[in-house]
Amino acid sequence: MKGLLGKKVGMTQIFDETGAVVPITLIEAGPCYVTQIRKTETDGYAAVQLGFEEIKPRRLTGGQLGHLKRFDLPPLRYLREFQTETLDEVSEGDRLTVELFVVGDHVDIIGTTKGKGFAGGVKRHGFRGGPKTHGQSDRLRAPGSHGSTTTPGRVLKGSRGPGHMGFARVTSQNLVVALIDAERNLLGIRGSVPGPRGGLVMVKEARKQ
Amino acid sequence: MSDHIKAIEVPVNPQIPELHPGDTVSVHVRIKEGDRERVQEFRGTIIRMRKGGNNANFTVRRIASHGIGVERTFLLRSPRVEKVVVQRGAHVRRAQLYFLRDRTGRRARLKEKRRS
Repeated sequence: MKGLLGKKVGMTQIFDETGAVVPITLIEAGPCYVTQIRKTETDGYAAVQLGFEEIKPRRLTGGQLGHLKRFDLPPLRYLREFQTETLDEVSEGDRLTVELFVVGDHVDIIGTTKGKGFAGGVKRHGFRGGPKTHGQSDRLRAPGSHGSTTTPGRVLKGSRGPGHMGFARVTSQNLVVALIDAERNLLGIRGSVPGPRGGLVMVKEARKQ
Repeated sequence: MSDHIKAIEVPVNPQIPELHPGDTVSVHVRIKEGDRERVQEFRGTIIRMRKGGNNANFTVRRIASHGIGVERTFLLRSPRVEKVVVQRGAHVRRAQLYFLRDRTGRRARLKEKRRS
């Protein structure tokens, strides 16, 4: 299991060995602790639970502290589970750092996107809107027709339309690790990563490699 | 800017002196042609400097043959910029010398300023 929890720091760029510019997103990842291992026999599924970001003990409830105390771990803000089949590589109480990955690795990154509020069809689904000219008024960003007439006489379920956009869990697949700074616990990922700066992200080994 | 982003900034090449708008410079750039690498020189006037960590850059304007203006932007921290030589400083009163684009010949000259 290769996985880490981290916080998005922001985007910048670095130079590769040929001098070309590589746009990267910095993630402050780890150190993470293995707080629990869920096995198929006892829990019905196989997963590794990781904890990230040390905080003051009084920020957690007694139950949360007790959960971490079993392996003498510090109080941690975030706990997340990574479903995996390979449980042998880690054991409870382990400390994981960015050294888990090497430059060139492919990873999947899961984050919560920035909330956009109630958005129209043009922004949310890329609808084209209406024409600007030829006698039109108030049609520029209109979604157009939702469906047909008396048959079926209703809007089909699942039709795209305006609504709440963003603040959703999104996975960006097959991103490349471009930089690792073990001293500062930094991962540099080529390209963009879902979520705002300071948002929690899960970094996983790429599933489709 | 976050400390972490600052931390991975590449240091500026020591072969690049402090640059100012109006300076006449010659920029030595490494260029790859097939499997051969050579250094190309680009000589002109700096018309703007932009900050921004690893993205810090400056634009050099020169007049090529037939009076055609050529502008090229270089990344200050790029390893492809081998060195920069300042040949002449100039007294300028603004940070962006875009007015030079509308001028040609003698009117495009800048008054020299010598820096210690």
